[in-house]
Amino acid sequence: MPVKLASTGEVTTAYLSGELDHHSAAQIRQAIDEEVTLRGTRLLVLDFGALEFMDSSGIGLVMGRYQLMKSLGGEVQVASLPAYLAKVMKLAGLEQIVKIEGGNSHEGDQ
Amino acid sequence: MKAINEMKLSFPSRSANEGFARGAVAAFLTPLDPTASELVDVKTAVSEAVTNCIVHGYRDTIGTVFVTAALYPDGRVVIKIRDKGCGIEDIPKAMEPLYTSCQTGERAGLGFAVMQSLMDRVKVRSVPGKGTQVTLTKRITSREAASCSR
Repeated sequence: MPVKLASTGEVTTAYLSGELDHHSAAQIRQAIDEEVTLRGTRLLVLDFGALEFMDSSGIGLVMGRYQLMKSLGGEVQVASLPAYLAKVMKLAGLEQIVKIEGGNSHEGDQ
Repeated sequence: MKAINEMKLSFPSRSANEGFARGAVAAFLTPLDPTASELVDVKTAVSEAVTNCIVHGYRDTIGTVFVTAALYPDGRVVIKIRDKGCGIEDIPKAMEPLYTSCQTGERAGLGFAVMQSLMDRVKVRSVPGKGTQVTLTKRITSREAASCSR
């Protein structure tokens, strides 16, 4: 499973790993949505630290979770964004709707 | 200009093959010694184009996706991703950021925008009812050349 979930109180953290594309997104989405609905999560943290690849399916995943959490009266944060993913995230303007931590270093250039 | 190396792939439009396609193209580029960032850019753009064939071209069916790649002496790589699916009625509309014809499955509508931002050139040819071909071009600076220019 390319996602591990940890919930404490009203916070759920989804640790994504491996490759996030159209193929894996459906499975990840379902696992997260079940967890936050079951737990009554108010803050969903999507941790991208161990992700090895992501295309625009990852943007769809963040946007979809933003909509879901908004409907549940909660919010979404993106954590540990690797530098190489910052380009794609910025393109989508996601920083305007969710708080993004990471993605600022230049180590992904080499 | 004559290509110094070429490859061809074809596979059924199953989503499990998205990872295979981008991985195969990345492996083909290895002799050019691309930077990590260039490799991520190419893999991401190929993933977007192949996903389009699967999600849009062959929406409710399984068809064949064709990928070719060619390396040129000037460091250019030209990758063509083609399907024989439904085709695109309005190409400029399909390329608009955030536009998607897909109402289910949470597509962000950013596939072409991502391809355009990561590659030097993106060309789309499509005939409704016949299929679509996306041509991606990028010049690869070898890692050695990149470190010399610093």
